[in-house]
Amino acid sequence: MSASTLIPTVAVEEDFRERAHEALGDKQLRNNFRSAMDSLMTKRAVAFSDAHEREHLRALGNAIRARALSKLPDLLERLEANLTRNGVQVHWAETVDEANQIVMSIARRRAAKQVIKGKSMVSEEMEMNHVLGAQGIECLESDMGEYIVQLDNEKPSHIIMPAIHKNAGQVADLFHEKLGVEYTKDVDQLIQIGRRVLRQKFFEADIGVSGVNFAVAETGTLLLVENEGNGRMSTTVPPVHIAVTGIEKVVENLRDVVPLVSLLTRSALGQPITTYVNMISGPRKPGELDGPEEVHLVLLDNGRSQAFADSELRQTLNCIRCGACMNHCPVYTRIGGHAYGEVYPGPIGAIITPHMVGLNKVPDHPSASSLCGACGEVCPVKIPIPALLRRLREENVKAPDTVPRIMRGQGSKYSRKERLIWNMWAKLNSSPALYRTFLKAATRLRALTPSKVGPWTQNHSAPKPAARSLHDMAREHLAKKSGETR
Amino acid sequence: MSAKQNILNKLRKSLTGTTPVPDNFDEVLVTEPWTYTPEQRIPQLRKLMEAVHTEIHLSTEQGWPALLAQLVTDRQLPSLLIAPTTAHGQKVSEHWAQNPGLPALKAYDRPVEAWKAELFNDTPASLTTTLGAIAATGSLIMWPTQEEPRLMSLVPPVHFALLKASEIRDNFYQVQREMNWTAGMPTNALLVSGPSKTADIEQVLAYGAHGPKDLIVLILEDA
Repeated sequence: MSASTLIPTVAVEEDFRERAHEALGDKQLRNNFRSAMDSLMTKRAVAFSDAHEREHLRALGNAIRARALSKLPDLLERLEANLTRNGVQVHWAETVDEANQIVMSIARRRAAKQVIKGKSMVSEEMEMNHVLGAQGIECLESDMGEYIVQLDNEKPSHIIMPAIHKNAGQVADLFHEKLGVEYTKDVDQLIQIGRRVLRQKFFEADIGVSGVNFAVAETGTLLLVENEGNGRMSTTVPPVHIAVTGIEKVVENLRDVVPLVSLLTRSALGQPITTYVNMISGPRKPGELDGPEEVHLVLLDNGRSQAFADSELRQTLNCIRCGACMNHCPVYTRIGGHAYGEVYPGPIGAIITPHMVGLNKVPDHPSASSLCGACGEVCPVKIPIPALLRRLREENVKAPDTVPRIMRGQGSKYSRKERLIWNMWAKLNSSPALYRTFLKAATRLRALTPSKVGPWTQNHSAPKPAARSLHDMAREHLAKKSGETR
Repeated sequence: MSAKQNILNKLRKSLTGTTPVPDNFDEVLVTEPWTYTPEQRIPQLRKLMEAVHTEIHLSTEQGWPALLAQLVTDRQLPSLLIAPTTAHGQKVSEHWAQNPGLPALKAYDRPVEAWKAELFNDTPASLTTTLGAIAATGSLIMWPTQEEPRLMSLVPPVHFALLKASEIRDNFYQVQREMNWTAGMPTNALLVSGPSKTADIEQVLAYGAHGPKDLIVLILEDA
């Protein structure tokens, strides 16, 4: 596969509502998501069969993340110092462009032609495949799910299970068409095909790229969890390993990862642990016979410091990227991950994406929720996702020039007319005289209410004021009652 | 100003006037539910590892080289990668010397660059030791060394691992504390809980994704 064939991604509708509408009409997609999410929910429930244990562990997970964030700048410096001492080169990037420049400069210095990637959502934020591809460097995904979506010029539709929107038949067609292999729907055979192709790529790659699940400040250790072994391959076989991660991924102590790994793998997949927990603390030492000669860590901000600035929104950064919120989300399950149109879908996507791309670019995301509360209930680090969704809805309708400015693109749904109506409504309800006049008018003139009121009457009957107000009836009732007792 | 300074300045400004959240790590939560009697440890480890297709054999300090030879022969593996300079590697070499006709032994005794193609294409199986295991999660603990490098337990499709029963611990927290991990982490530390697997296609579990297709653990009950 040449680098250029990796560039185009499937064109999607510009508007979230249109994409969601389209997804809702796709029966295959809905079946694929429904069955996958049902199974993931069941697995998680089984893995946390002891509710008492689960709730205490969630509280601990929350406390660990809150503690890490409460000293984030110090921990980042400590992490850098310890990694540097171990021989890891640490880079800082405020934007995805800066992060890509860092990766490009390493690739140029090493005259790299091929990059193999373990799973990394931050590299998706950076659109690293596209950026490197444009410079003639092949950047290939090695996680089976990521490989499948890349082969089909798509983006991941789930942060843990990137190809969950496809069934085996669709993967069979894809492999047959793109790889020229004999058609098979047998999942074992399909995986062996992927293994064969990618093993050669691990062998050839000049650089391996990975994400990071937890960066431990105390020891200068990058911890990665995975089942396939592609993470170990990407971080061990090529002569250079570049890890890319968000600045929030740091934890203070090595012991902190004990409950966090347990929460992560059980919440994500219902597994007590993943097949591999890979802890990397440095490049190949003198005398060692393998492992990369260089290890780099790129710490990316990309809007995270904006979320950090507000003590409520800061909780967004507790996230350990398990995906449980999307697995349990009735909206995500019905529209799938692509409808969100951004790197992170589902409830966590709705609260983190606005900080990365600006609220004005994803104005409908905070509203893509029924506020049923499932996401907040299952979150292993207790992010109050429903409360944060409501908060972003508020930020969305604020006057754009409101100070202090909380976030980029705030007030993107602000409407003077709507604000005026709400102000009037507030006035009406807080002034007794005005309210009485309004009630009188509404009950007397009830015959004049329209029978069609916009989209509401597509599915509901039109609201009509009662002949007498509740206040009136209550007053009469109370008067009667006090007459009786007298 | 550098990206680093900009980021740190922003974060520090946001924390102005706040105090760090105290460290109230309650170790009971990660130890108490995951504590076992000595008799429970092997069955617990076995249950979890076998649930994810690990093959487990009970053996002894004396008998394991013969068992290994049998397993390698049964699987018709043409060769086995070992670390001849280690104590367990020497035992394998001795047993092989006394029993001619067993599959060839190979050593990972040079930098990977010197034999990468052979490692990838012509090394069907390997034997490494472990630092112990974790009963709570069914995980082997491995710190690759100069003698047993990182790729030795990863690239060959069949991986044999030696585990001393006395080194099976209860939980990850206990392992970190008793082995004093914070005093110095190696280049690479690993927990391995089965052969490589994936459920990325339709959530159907398939083994042998990118790492070993088979993980075979020999537990030395008297060691």
